[in-house]
Amino acid sequence: MAMQPIIEAHDLRKDFGALKAVDGISFSIMPGEVYGFLGPNGAGKTTTMKMIECVSPRTAGDLTVFGLDVDNNPREIKRWLGVVPQDTNLDSDFSCIQNLITYARYFGIMGEEARRKATDLLDFVQLSEKRDVLIEKLSGGMKRRLILARALVNSPRLLILDEPTIGLDPQARHLMWEKLKALQTAGNTIVLTTHYLEEAERLCDRLVIMDQGKILVEGTPADLVRQHAGAEIVEVDHSPDVVSCLEKMGVRFEVFGDIVQVFSDHPKEVATRLLSTCNPGKVFVRRGSLEDVFLSLTGRALRD
Amino acid sequence: MYFSLSPGERSGIDMIPLPTTSSWKVWRRNADVFFKTYLVNFLPPVIEPVLYLLALGYGLGMFVGEIDGIPYVHYIAPALLAVSMMNSSFFECTYSSFVRMYYQKTFDAMISTPLSIEDVIAGELLWGATRSLIYTSAMLVVLIAFGVISLPSSLLVIPFSFLAGLLFSGIGMCFTAISPGIDTLNYPAYLFITPMLLFSGTFFPLSVLPPVLQTAALAILPLAQAVIIARSMTLATLSPLFIYSMAWIAIATTMFFFLSIHLMKRRLVV
Ligand SMILES: Nc1ncnc2c1ncn2[C@@H]1O[C@H](COP(=O)(O)OP(=O)(O)O)[C@@H](O)[C@H]1O
Ligand SMILES: [Mg+2]
Repeated sequence: MAMQPIIEAHDLRKDFGALKAVDGISFSIMPGEVYGFLGPNGAGKTTTMKMIECVSPRTAGDLTVFGLDVDNNPREIKRWLGVVPQDTNLDSDFSCIQNLITYARYFGIMGEEARRKATDLLDFVQLSEKRDVLIEKLSGGMKRRLILARALVNSPRLLILDEPTIGLDPQARHLMWEKLKALQTAGNTIVLTTHYLEEAERLCDRLVIMDQGKILVEGTPADLVRQHAGAEIVEVDHSPDVVSCLEKMGVRFEVFGDIVQVFSDHPKEVATRLLSTCNPGKVFVRRGSLEDVFLSLTGRALRD
Repeated sequence: MYFSLSPGERSGIDMIPLPTTSSWKVWRRNADVFFKTYLVNFLPPVIEPVLYLLALGYGLGMFVGEIDGIPYVHYIAPALLAVSMMNSSFFECTYSSFVRMYYQKTFDAMISTPLSIEDVIAGELLWGATRSLIYTSAMLVVLIAFGVISLPSSLLVIPFSFLAGLLFSGIGMCFTAISPGIDTLNYPAYLFITPMLLFSGTFFPLSVLPPVLQTAALAILPLAQAVIIARSMTLATLSPLFIYSMAWIAIATTMFFFLSIHLMKRRLVV
């Protein structure tokens, strides 16, 4: 029997008035996958997550989670979802442990079981010492970890993480990654959005890059890099000599400020020819990254 | 296989906001917060009536003497109870609910769980009604201690305070649902609650007003109904308007309960 997708979307749309926030996207996510949504601000990632979470009704298209339609079965679907929202919405009237216990009750988990789960999860996200501390006394990283613990309180079959590491310092981000890796290894299906490309590259089995409500590309991080950036990229200091040289060579290149990036299947040859004939400044050959894919697909113009 | 309707086909089911028994989980969340600081919370309903009884009942009462053959302090005691029902629930479901909805994003967190928005709002309304019951009961004890209300009929005020609390919660929640910001909640607070506090047969009988205003007050002011009922209970004398006011409250409570859920849904589900 073929495995059923955990989430399946077909021509999914969401309009806010005249704005097409999600403009006809299709994807399917299989059990055990870590699936990423990348894109600049306003791409429609959060809107897509909210439709999957059954809190924002779609405008058109098909969307099923666990094989159930999101409009008709929100309660059944939400029972098995763990959600880390983009905006921290911990209950500021409560301490850490009370947050987890109260949230567990919303799922019908109560009494000793709720207390045990809350204690275990605080341990998992390394917040046992903050057990009885009020939310306002936590650092940003601690809050995000507590939200992760909260999302796990109902032993979800699907985790949805909307920018799980937003605003965190590198230490806090690495700790979050470690926790997500552990969940991945345990076989969880995870959907996450991010605009940290390193995060996507590390965590995602497959990902899409979205912009202006549409999916631009889908694939594994490695495939996307190979197809859209090349395995290796030559970077050279910008000068008129270098540019005319590259034009003569007939290779594809782009100028970004005082750096020229050359995309070629033979990066080492390009670098050698540059050094021997064009009198360049510094020349680097480096591995292509998701960041190159992202920037080449979505452009460098600032979004906010 | 599963059956699915396309969004366009979603029928009238969406229009009728039906909460479920899961609402108690929302109620419980608010109760837990309340009882964390219950000493602070219990101070106002105990101190307030003492101040009013001393200042108005005995102070002003010296000059007023009796109204309709009833000592003034006995006359205003049920009004204090009705006002407490109104304030404790109305302000809970306006400013406090607005903070939870808008600033703390508590509702957003709740609807990511199996709770629906209908459950959440119903839980808030039931909690508002419960607060009315708690405060009014505390105040009742003080009034009994002062010997200004009849027993045992006054004990009926306790269940009634829940019903009246549910009414004022529903009215408050409607304002919360349409208020752009927390400041605009001052409008209903000052333009609706404060005048109602004075012109509902609370501290002077409606009969001294011009007939048009009398009729208007009896027709539209929820607090006027609550005062009539509470006064019947604390004086152990059935008002001729008792049945009318009860029916008025029952109908209005049902209406505002569902209207407020509907308006909140419209605001929050986008
Ligand atoms: N409730 C809303 N009302 C109107 N527009 C919205 C609403 N939510 C999101 N948008 C708009 O939809 C677009 C996509 O937003 P969002 O999904 O939050 O993007 P992302 O998460 O990728 O940054 C943006 O242009 C945003 O301004
Ligand atoms: Mg977002």
